[in-house]
Amino acid sequence: MTEKNESKYVKYLLITISVIFLFFFLVLPLFVVVTEAFKKGVDQYLQAVTDEYTVKAALLTIEATFFAVFINTIFGVFAAWSITKFRFKGKKILTTLIDLPVTVSPIIAGLIYVLTFGRQSILYPLLEKYDIKVVFAVPGIVLATIFVTFPFVSRELIPVLESQGTDEEEAAALMGANGRTIFWKVTFPHIKWAFLYGVVLCATRAMGEFGAVSVLSGHLRGKTNTLPLHVEILFNEFQYMPAFAVSSVLVVMAIILLIIRSVIEYKGKKEEE
Amino acid sequence: MKTKKRKTKNDRVIPGFGLSLGITLTILSFVVLIPLATLVIFTAGMSFPEVIKTITKPRVLASFEVSFLTAFIASVINTVMGIILAWVLVRYDFPFKRLMDGMIELPFALPTAVAGISLTALTSNNGLVGSFFAKFGIKLAYTRVGITIALVFIGIPFVVRTVQPVLEKLDPSYEEAAGVMGADRFTIFCRVIFPEIWPAAITGFGLAVGRCIGEYGSVVFIAGNQPFETEIAPLIIMSKLQEYDYASATAIALAMLIFSFLILFLVSFFQARNSAMIQGRR
Amino acid sequence: MKRRFISLLFTAVFAAGALTGCGGNGEVSTQAATNGSAAVEESKDVSLTNVSYDPTRELYAAYNELFKEHWKETTGGNVEITQSHGGSGKQALEVANGLEADVVTLALEYDVNAVQNAGLIDEGWLDEFPLESSPYTSTIVFLVRKGNPKNIKDWDDLAKEGVGVITPNPKTSGGACWNYLAAWSYAKKNISEDEEQIKEFVKKIYKNVLVLDSGARGATTSFVENGQGDVLIAWENEAFLSIKDYPDDYEIIVPSLSILAQPSVAVVDKVVDERGTREAATEYLNYLYSDEAQRIAGDNFYRPSDPDILKEYEDVFDLDVDLVTIEDFGGWNEAHEKHFADGGIFDQIYEN
Repeated sequence: MTEKNESKYVKYLLITISVIFLFFFLVLPLFVVVTEAFKKGVDQYLQAVTDEYTVKAALLTIEATFFAVFINTIFGVFAAWSITKFRFKGKKILTTLIDLPVTVSPIIAGLIYVLTFGRQSILYPLLEKYDIKVVFAVPGIVLATIFVTFPFVSRELIPVLESQGTDEEEAAALMGANGRTIFWKVTFPHIKWAFLYGVVLCATRAMGEFGAVSVLSGHLRGKTNTLPLHVEILFNEFQYMPAFAVSSVLVVMAIILLIIRSVIEYKGKKEEE
Repeated sequence: MKTKKRKTKNDRVIPGFGLSLGITLTILSFVVLIPLATLVIFTAGMSFPEVIKTITKPRVLASFEVSFLTAFIASVINTVMGIILAWVLVRYDFPFKRLMDGMIELPFALPTAVAGISLTALTSNNGLVGSFFAKFGIKLAYTRVGITIALVFIGIPFVVRTVQPVLEKLDPSYEEAAGVMGADRFTIFCRVIFPEIWPAAITGFGLAVGRCIGEYGSVVFIAGNQPFETEIAPLIIMSKLQEYDYASATAIALAMLIFSFLILFLVSFFQARNSAMIQGRR
Repeated sequence: MKRRFISLLFTAVFAAGALTGCGGNGEVSTQAATNGSAAVEESKDVSLTNVSYDPTRELYAAYNELFKEHWKETTGGNVEITQSHGGSGKQALEVANGLEADVVTLALEYDVNAVQNAGLIDEGWLDEFPLESSPYTSTIVFLVRKGNPKNIKDWDDLAKEGVGVITPNPKTSGGACWNYLAAWSYAKKNISEDEEQIKEFVKKIYKNVLVLDSGARGATTSFVENGQGDVLIAWENEAFLSIKDYPDDYEIIVPSLSILAQPSVAVVDKVVDERGTREAATEYLNYLYSDEAQRIAGDNFYRPSDPDILKEYEDVFDLDVDLVTIEDFGGWNEAHEKHFADGGIFDQIYEN
């Protein structure tokens, strides 16, 4: 590699800059979370974390995360497949629309669902007739979570599929293989690691979503509170220590997912070689 | 690389086009298109001049300025730092490198409200970092600087993660050749490396800007929310909603949405270039 | 090997999907069952949802326990109460948009009217419960740092240069409307009847505002936790709570004139009729006027509406303060139209 003719000075300078930047912008905020969480000792921490409502909120978070990952995975695979393996008009618009949710303000994301499924909507009488509750209930939370993590899986898959080209699939198709066989036998082995990586990223982001879910949840304690919302509630009750304790649970969950991600990436790279 | 783009049309040898595009469009419609269309319908309750009047009120314009300006500055910082981070992570070996690499996505997982609360605690003038700056009479929290800090935190992963794969694929032999021919490191970076990574950096920048403009959860805690000074556009939407003024709220929301769409659409052109680069064809 | 990997992965995904799916269904059906039984055996086991605003968390946490006992004694059934708290305006909006609340206990009459306008509450709710449906009241006071270093005594001190004020945004916080109106009343009484001069005075106060948080709790956090400003314009009960948590750091200053804040409670007619919970919901709000409940309000630093019980707390509350009411502003609709609506006086204060 080029490391030999790289001056040592530049290397250490750049590493130092990176470390300082990450220290101030990432490590310190997390440090605040953890120190505040343990301010009153381990007992209090455990009490806050095992509180009935915390556990309920955690379960709901896991449920919403799961559904978001599930739907986005299905969507991501099909979207990536159709975008990379075929040529058609309006592809740029399609990819832009898929990316759009990442940049939509969470407030707007929540708002559009309230407008679509809330009492003001033209759909509401229909939903009411069949007693389907979307907004201020679990389905709304799930929808919001799906929305904010919408492109995460497809974004990981598209570059990999694109670089792989279509030759192998075309060859297989000419030899008479059907779509499903082509996907599982030819395509999937190439995207396996990118796929898992996308899933993990999607889950990480889904867990932490606050804004959109907050607009849609109704804050019903023990019913429609996810962990991030529960943090906000505790905070508003002046229960700072428990609020940070619950946040630290989210941090730990994220770190576990990121470790999984690291392992996946490592394995993927190893296989590539 | 082995792929060559065929110019002939109608080469859909691979089956499953209808099915996969069908599923894609169905899910896209339910999750994105129909809800967004509702937004347009609600705004359509106002006449066009009314919409323009709503979004050009001085206070609304000021909030756009705050949102765009801070998002822009934060994304520029993130672009510079993102390139440096990606470079350090790809090119150097040092202890705890994998740990550093793994941390990059943490801002995604931390609820934005928690990020806002802890950043405010750090940067307010009796906080760990804020008290240091307070000695020099510099206020961090409750100013635009504070907003920018929160947005930098939110936007860290975007540029790093778009530049990193490009750097990984970059063939070092060009640099070596340039080095042999006597170019110094700086020239090599500007002439050889930068042209390769800038489309990726722009893509990351665009995504970060889009994400930062809409950010609400972390910013409301650190901003101070003073009209004309530190009031962000999403907060205006929130306050319009509290006034039961749906029309104005949706009009402002729509303006922001169109802006996001434009940014992304522009970015997608760079992205095409970018993915071409990863594949090695130009 | 690869095949096994894939099939394992997908079995896992689908199995989990099916499981959570069933979990979800199960929940729905049990809920339907409890609803059904509630309808059949009138007022045995009921569940109620109380959508309230931020500062009442502690109050309703205590009151719900009391009401559960009361309900058990009188009907023999169990009642489960789910609380939701947030900014008053936002909460009203969510109920209007379909959040299923049996009762709303909000900061302002205006917010309950918004729910009424959505067609969920019948007209005349204001007279459904005693004393204009406000079982407890509160007022606006100042919280200052110990020793009162800036020597803040009354509203005009807030308009002085160099004083840092913390108050939430009236546009997003119901409580902040009271803060603003109290300042307005003071100026009207002590400075001038002339609207321009009153506006000038209020404008000076808002010039001194360092952080305009979106809610009352956020403002308290800015003042208490992050050390911003010299004075917090706060609900009386919030101020008392802060004193309780940090007795050595803060003092309460009661201004010469303040406003009688009357939080409103109402049964959400459409929801209780659908769910068959009218009886329990009505009793839930009625019982707020009982002696025990009034004392809970007092213990949580709300002023009980019952004058006799209020007397019991005369060493806690300053009962001599001159209190104006919303009627002095011609009622909520008029006050809102004039001051807080788009382009109203509050907007003008910031816009020139």
